[in-house]
Amino acid sequence: MKSIEIKDLALSFGDVKVLEHLDLDIQDGEFLVLLGASGCGKSTLLNCIAGLLDITDGQIFIKGKNVTWKEPKDRGIGMVFQSYALYPQMSVEGNLTFGLKNAGVPKAEIAERVARASEILQIEPLLKRKPSALSGGQRQRVAIGRALVRDVDVFLFDEPLSNLDAKLRAELRVEIKRLHHKLNNTMIYVTHDQIEALTLADRIAIMRGGKVLQLDSPHTIYNHPATKYVAGFIGSPGMNFLEGTLTVGDKPVFDCNGQQIDTSRYQFDKSTNGANRPIHFGIRPEHVVAGRDAAEQPFNTEIEVEVVEPMGSDTLVWSQMAGHEFRFRMDGQSTVSPGEKMPIGFDPVTASLFDAETEIRL
Amino acid sequence: MTNEPFGPRPRRMLDPGRIILYSVLIVAAIYYLLPLYIMVMTSMKGMPEIRLGNIFSPPVEVTFEPWVKAWDTACTGLYCEGLKVGFWNSMQILIPSVIISIVIASVNGYALSFWRFRGSEVFFTILIFGSFIPYQVMLYPLVIITRELGIFGSLTGIIFIHTIFGMPILTLLFRNYFASLPMELFKAARVDGAGFWGIFLKILVPMSPPIFVVAIILQVTGIWNDFLFGVIFAGTKNFPMTVQLNNIVNSTQGVKEYNVNMAATILTGAVPLLIYFISGKLFVRGIAAGAVKG
Repeated sequence: MKSIEIKDLALSFGDVKVLEHLDLDIQDGEFLVLLGASGCGKSTLLNCIAGLLDITDGQIFIKGKNVTWKEPKDRGIGMVFQSYALYPQMSVEGNLTFGLKNAGVPKAEIAERVARASEILQIEPLLKRKPSALSGGQRQRVAIGRALVRDVDVFLFDEPLSNLDAKLRAELRVEIKRLHHKLNNTMIYVTHDQIEALTLADRIAIMRGGKVLQLDSPHTIYNHPATKYVAGFIGSPGMNFLEGTLTVGDKPVFDCNGQQIDTSRYQFDKSTNGANRPIHFGIRPEHVVAGRDAAEQPFNTEIEVEVVEPMGSDTLVWSQMAGHEFRFRMDGQSTVSPGEKMPIGFDPVTASLFDAETEIRL
Repeated sequence: MTNEPFGPRPRRMLDPGRIILYSVLIVAAIYYLLPLYIMVMTSMKGMPEIRLGNIFSPPVEVTFEPWVKAWDTACTGLYCEGLKVGFWNSMQILIPSVIISIVIASVNGYALSFWRFRGSEVFFTILIFGSFIPYQVMLYPLVIITRELGIFGSLTGIIFIHTIFGMPILTLLFRNYFASLPMELFKAARVDGAGFWGIFLKILVPMSPPIFVVAIILQVTGIWNDFLFGVIFAGTKNFPMTVQLNNIVNSTQGVKEYNVNMAATILTGAVPLLIYFISGKLFVRGIAAGAVKG
């Protein structure tokens, strides 16, 4: 069953169109991540779903009900904000119960729901404290609790971990995932952090300029990005791109400044139409094999190491290939130094080819 | 052994900067305190002693007679009932004016910062523009308006006028303070089902005591010290303390009773002074919290 359905949504402030012709279906119990650079409209979309922004056109359904004109409180949603947005003058308990009191929930049930939420989130000892006496992680837990007590079908997260330090962020990320497994609610999660997106999502919607570029599982988005923008946005360090020409003879060959790569193993989404064309050849740094094993790869060559960035678990090497910057990942234990010549290789099946003009995957 | 820098840097007790700073501060303090000193001293002298002309010398014979006279029996025009009438009149004007203007302005500021409507920025600009127009320009139209409303020369009239004239600056104050609060707090409250008044009364007002204190101080001192509106709109029976003080001090008949005049002036100035002493710290905090942030 569909939990949320967005039909032809549009939002503009005056002449500025923030969202245009946006359609989105979210299944029951799905964890959807809206991912994009800042200003892509992801938070705006979330605010529209929550009912905090009035939309210009289109419809929003939650649980089959048309909520397009409904107030936020009547939509069956709970929301968690980046800045926690806890009411500073109320205790943790006051924060959790504020919405329930407004909705006129009986006292006994309020107590029950608060007890359940605080047990799940392990915030029982904090109930009497004021938000100012809590740490960042605790505050965000309370904010999640405030959404939890509402007993709703849909949770909306607006960059909930962005204000936390790296360690806490990783901890709470896992906790949110556990929470999702436990509750099985529909969750929509806005972030600009691709690690959060890849680790949490059932599906990721990559947004740019108010449009959804690709909506797919993290696996598909990582391995088969639909456009060059998505390919470059996902993955850290980013994908290597080589500009050149695709020659279609008896077998397709990519030519980049004289460097020939046989792409007959690559699975084309579209027929190549038999014409030679300029393309961008993308290969992820982690799909490149360096050193002795390189010879076993379908394609191999030799490069000169320019810069070495050891990162503990692995080492990132910067070099040049056919006049383009080329990065690849090596095992953290390997010793490399700048100036060294090194054999590298990869399997073109792991590559991504994009039309140079439309930047759409071939 | 050479004097290598090590540990805390030694502090010089009297460096030139400090000396200059303190001398300026001391001079400034004397400059402001001297008139007050003269007023207090004069108010505690009898008339014969004042006629000797030593205004800086403390009273030889301390008397509180002038204070009693100023409060109780000094003549303000035709009546000789002292300042106490004016004091109660001022209170009757002050309390409702302060409460009404702050209530309306805080709701204004809240609506302008969180419930933006089409044209709310224009509305705000017009409101702010209002605070730059000299009062005198509006006097005659306001006299006609209050006359037509039937409240000219009454307590209601003067309260109405004070409420209107407090609006631009107070709305600015509250709007800027509320605008400095995170928008997400407001969104969270909406998701939690709080309405226009719920958000204002349960979330925002409890967060805003400093700015309310600033507003109270501004209004209390402004309204208490007002002379012009009081003399025009309040009507003879409701003349505030400032107007009666003027009538005492500027009376053209008989002997100038400097000691009574001084006592009366101190009495009139006592209320705003007291407010500053009590809430000075909160005032500074409130100003820092919102009033300056644009």
